[in-house]
Amino acid sequence: MGKTIKLKKGYNINIQGAAQKTIATNFSPTTFAVRPIDFHGFAPIPKMLVEEGQEVRAGDPLFFDKRKEHIKLVSPVSGEIAEIRRGPKRRIDEVIILADSGNQYREIPSIDITSCTREALVDHMCENGVWPFLTQRPYGIMAEADVTPKAIFISGFDSAPLAPDSNFAVTGQGNYLQKGVDVLRKLTPGKVHLSVNGAGQMANEFSDLTGAEIHKFEGPHPAGVVGIQIHHIDPINKNDVVWTVRLQDLIAIGRIYKDWQFNTERLVAVAGPPVKEPKYFKTFLGASLEKMLDGNLKSDHVRLISGNALTGSTVDAKSHLRYQDTQVTVLTEGDEYEFMGWLLPSYKRPTLSGTFLGGLFGNKSAMDVNTNTHGEHRAFVVTGEYEKVLPMDLHPQALIKNIMFQDLDYMEGLGIYEVIEEDIALCEFACTSKSNLQQILRQGINLMLEQG
Amino acid sequence: MKFLRNFLETIEPKMAGNKYLHTVYDGFATFLFTPNATTTDGVHIRDGIDLKRTMVTVVMALQVCLLFGMWNIGHQHYTAFGLYPGMAEALFTKLAYGFLQLLPIIIVAHVVGLGVEFFFAAKKGHPIEEGFLVTGMLIPLIVPPAIPLWMLAISVVFAVVIGKEAFGGTGMNILNIALTCRVFLFFAYPTEMSGDNCWVAHDYNYLHQIFGMGASTLSELGQSVLPEKGWRGLLVNGFSGATPLALAAKGGWAAVENQFTIQNLLIGDIPGSVGETCKIAIIIGALILVVTGIGSWQIMLSMILGAAFMGFIINMGGGYLSTEIFGFEEANPFFAVPFYYHLIMGSFLFAMAFMATDPVTAAQTLTGKFLYGFMIGCVGIIVRVLNPAFPEGWMLAILFMNVFAPLIDHWVYSRNIKRRLARAN
Repeated sequence: MGKTIKLKKGYNINIQGAAQKTIATNFSPTTFAVRPIDFHGFAPIPKMLVEEGQEVRAGDPLFFDKRKEHIKLVSPVSGEIAEIRRGPKRRIDEVIILADSGNQYREIPSIDITSCTREALVDHMCENGVWPFLTQRPYGIMAEADVTPKAIFISGFDSAPLAPDSNFAVTGQGNYLQKGVDVLRKLTPGKVHLSVNGAGQMANEFSDLTGAEIHKFEGPHPAGVVGIQIHHIDPINKNDVVWTVRLQDLIAIGRIYKDWQFNTERLVAVAGPPVKEPKYFKTFLGASLEKMLDGNLKSDHVRLISGNALTGSTVDAKSHLRYQDTQVTVLTEGDEYEFMGWLLPSYKRPTLSGTFLGGLFGNKSAMDVNTNTHGEHRAFVVTGEYEKVLPMDLHPQALIKNIMFQDLDYMEGLGIYEVIEEDIALCEFACTSKSNLQQILRQGINLMLEQG
Repeated sequence: MKFLRNFLETIEPKMAGNKYLHTVYDGFATFLFTPNATTTDGVHIRDGIDLKRTMVTVVMALQVCLLFGMWNIGHQHYTAFGLYPGMAEALFTKLAYGFLQLLPIIIVAHVVGLGVEFFFAAKKGHPIEEGFLVTGMLIPLIVPPAIPLWMLAISVVFAVVIGKEAFGGTGMNILNIALTCRVFLFFAYPTEMSGDNCWVAHDYNYLHQIFGMGASTLSELGQSVLPEKGWRGLLVNGFSGATPLALAAKGGWAAVENQFTIQNLLIGDIPGSVGETCKIAIIIGALILVVTGIGSWQIMLSMILGAAFMGFIINMGGGYLSTEIFGFEEANPFFAVPFYYHLIMGSFLFAMAFMATDPVTAAQTLTGKFLYGFMIGCVGIIVRVLNPAFPEGWMLAILFMNVFAPLIDHWVYSRNIKRRLARAN
């Protein structure tokens, strides 16, 4: 039976401009992009299978990592390869496809997932662009095709600030969810765990699922982060491998294995205080932001983020959503000086600290949050503040310090296998010393990967 | 505030060349204005708290102690001459005396300490960090009120250079800096730091003279000139500047009750260091720290429990310890002082609220904080009661546990690591 877990540690950052549950009509982005840099450890210059000007259909392979030839990344839409944008040292940043008006799908050869072997399914997923939906832990890298995970985890809700509402996103997708679960069941001898929001009603699309272990998690963010859920359901020990799949990617997997087309249709939430009409857009993987934000912003002086305000990436208006993102967050840039801001704050800001009235009494009201750092970077002084927002049996400050002096034994002992950036992003938010914890953690993970 | 911002921006390029000038400029500029820096490489939004606000909250929590302490310096001063014995008498005069007595100490502690910090920060090329704001406020509260300023300056330099900068600056020190300063004074100038003579200020410094306070006291006492022994010659007969703890060390609780009431001990119109006497002010400060989440209540509570526990053991075994183990003829009356009185005598509460809770030097894990506080309580009482030379123990106990805090944390981390390994099997 699934577990019901109530988490106390954490914090919900309440930002104004949550997306209204309406889907924009008459919306068609001009370009889509697939970005090798979205995958940790992926080759910076993958082997290209297409060139600029070439016509592709949705599901046609675009490139692959030479070290892992069989895992192909495919195009989410049909159209013409507009540009292969390069970055520093000639690395490939984006493969941009100019979308056709009508979407043409490559026909994916069908396979009977009940009767085929696991190897055959793995090969099929790799060849047809489905494999990159699987993320592996430890380390948060793309799943390796030659390992068998002890379990697969899906978080059925996203507790990050301004995240899309999962119940809204899965409306009517019950069949595809089920198919996705069936596919995943084949990939692991262990269980497929789906964690849903314990507060409120579970969507029928979840409760009707068979074959998955459904758990309920209640509590503030990061209750919806899959890493925290894994820790409470079946923690990752040394030598364990688990896979995680994002909710809307799971729907896409189901759709691919039912309709035999690479159809990654999903709902993307565009939200944030500077957005005039925060709402959802129905589109495919890697959509460009332009049409979503056109005429929809109250000001020019904003920061556009693919993803949420804690783990997302800064992008510009001509950019595209990252592979893993189903939300766009827009925030006011806070690049202004504030007179004695540390002593006499002139506007409300999100805080966990009891030195602010808001922090003391719990600021429930939605705020117009900006990107000001509210102070300069300092050495670690305050203790115990990371632990208040990390509901795991783990010492985050000790882990970070051991990463900084590269003590591999302690990194392993203190649980570097169990965390990736999104798990400690809230700790970074809460940090009095303004440290870059996510960056340090990724450096530690890279060190572990290098050392084998 | 536009003009201020514009002013800062105009002088900035002139400061950019010299790194020492730049550090000073940067320190003041960031004090006046929170920088316009936005987040990069990580989270896009940050909590409103920063180290400046954290430190300034501690400084504000200390202000009640500071205010009362200033009044008390004056009160002890005048009552030593037999003047204004009532608490409400000459309130402003006493406050003014104390303020003028303490002001040079505050200034010297800050200027010397910040000077050293600015120098090192400039040398290393990073902005000055806020650690010294609290230390600078704590040092005047724990030194004798009549301390020679040169002595203070030397000890502040020692504390900041050896205690802090040698380890890497704010956040890297192992020992509590204010206590390092105090312990330097204690070991380098022991006669000026201990005994019954140092806790009451007798003289008038040049600031007092400027406001004519010395002259007005002389006339109140019916004197026109100072006697041979200076101001000490005007002390009342049988005056003793002994603190309650010094009395207890010699004659047990009876000796304390002889001169002071519980009310005296709590309100703090007794001799002692500036910040430690008013227990009520300290409790207010401690509450401010706990409510704002800056000071760890775990350390405070466990320190009280540790002190009570060890005090109780010494109460129980005191007679046996004195006669059988230490070979005294009679049981040492200090051992018999009830453990609950230990909590309101001396600097226990002040050390608990402001010294033990320093996050950098305390244990960093939650379990560790309970152990750390408890051990400080135990060791402090042991040093206070069993140490024949000096009737107070918190400075030494806290510095001792500062050294052990990393070991305590190491133990907590080892248990976490073992738990994780056990899950694998």
